[in-house]
Amino acid sequence: MLDAALCVVRRDLLLAWRRRGDVATALLFFLIVASLFPLGIGFEPNLLRAIAPGVIWVAALLSSMLSLSRLFAADHADGTLEQLLLGASPLGVIAAAKAAAHWIVSGLPLALIAPFIALQYDMPGELTPVLALSLLLGTPVLSLIGAIGAALTLGVRGGGILLSLLVLPLYVPVLILGAGSVDMAAAGMGGEGQLLLLAALLVASCVFAPWAIATALRISME
Amino acid sequence: MNWFWYASPQTFYPLAGRVAPWFGGAALLLALAGLYTGFFVAPTDAQQGEVYRIIYIHVPAAWMSMFIYLVMAVWAALGLAFNTRLSGMMATALAPTGALFTFIALWTGSLWGRPTWGTYWVWDARLTSELVLLFLYFGFIALQAAIDDPRRADRAGALLAIVGAVNIPIIHYSVVWWNTLHQGASVSVTKGASMQSQMLAAMLLMALAFWMYSIAVTLVRVRCIIREREG
Amino acid sequence: MSDYGFYLWGSYAVTFVLLFVEIIFLMKRKREAKA
Repeated sequence: MLDAALCVVRRDLLLAWRRRGDVATALLFFLIVASLFPLGIGFEPNLLRAIAPGVIWVAALLSSMLSLSRLFAADHADGTLEQLLLGASPLGVIAAAKAAAHWIVSGLPLALIAPFIALQYDMPGELTPVLALSLLLGTPVLSLIGAIGAALTLGVRGGGILLSLLVLPLYVPVLILGAGSVDMAAAGMGGEGQLLLLAALLVASCVFAPWAIATALRISME
Repeated sequence: MNWFWYASPQTFYPLAGRVAPWFGGAALLLALAGLYTGFFVAPTDAQQGEVYRIIYIHVPAAWMSMFIYLVMAVWAALGLAFNTRLSGMMATALAPTGALFTFIALWTGSLWGRPTWGTYWVWDARLTSELVLLFLYFGFIALQAAIDDPRRADRAGALLAIVGAVNIPIIHYSVVWWNTLHQGASVSVTKGASMQSQMLAAMLLMALAFWMYSIAVTLVRVRCIIREREG
Repeated sequence: MSDYGFYLWGSYAVTFVLLFVEIIFLMKRKREAKA
């Protein structure tokens, strides 16, 4: 079972590497969106410092969501997905593996780049670890929940935008907890509570999301 | 009584047709009773004056918006578990009414907020949760509208409804926490009126009225769906 | 708060109009389904 999972992850990473441009585009989107807010709001330093966690988190949400429609589309087009459904490995494991690969390619880089965006907003240095940790814990949840949406909207018209409508309300708790952890740390009260809750969400998603993704794939593929 | 006999659209169709008008009548009577109690029996509120009477619509609509989503999710789960066609149709039939009550809750909440708290939109926990709930309803409706095959549409919507239902407590909790984090003085649209028993009675009557209305409308809608799909 | 009428009747009116509109749409759908 683990072999199958690792095989899927390796394959997805290899395919993503071959299409590095797509991956890079999503990360560039993250940077651009984060840079748009000061242009729209003004560069008053206190204001930017206050909105930084929220803006970075919203940008992370949006850019993580952008790459979701690609999650199953390529495999669906060339018939691999059908084979995976018919195969011996449990579909939940395959689904979790695909979500993991998605996270490595689109979520993990966000957590690594975010500190630099935090610099743009003049966020105090001691908040950066909290921000990075919140993203590290939160982006896998985004990948897992997003994968449910991607599986449900497989081959459906209006795919990308419809996917956003489905998935963004479900992202709200992650956004609130993620940005909130940094806000709490900024207020001097420590963000550990929110980080622990994010970790709890992560564990819960790891348990329940693969089942939901597998069910959604079966619904979409029959 | 063999409930599964009514699980077939063909047998449910005439039952729904016979029963729906009774629910509609009950809704009308309960609404009249509720409005009478609310306007002529319940007293004027000490702090808010007459405008508080909006809660006789706002709170029951909010209750219904959440209750209908729950019922939708239950039908959805039954449909996925037992693979029955009617369950999926019931979930589809419930969604527009649920979305409507969510909108009514938001609209009346906004109009209540303006005279009492000064702004048309208050980011308090309940209104913000209702807004996210409205998006969940829209997502469900949009997903079903985008899929052509009715069976796939039912089942995809069903899974989405279940995932949404599981998330609603999490969303609500996180919004409540967010609300207390960002608001110094806890102003809440819902904590305005102190509950006297006549006010509570009027609210319950209106809630029951909305419930009967929802059942009547949903039964008529599911009959339309049965007719559209099965000829 | 003296012009509470706008808010109070605005709420009730919109609510009942929307519920009425829902019924109208449903009746229309029923007619089309039977056709």
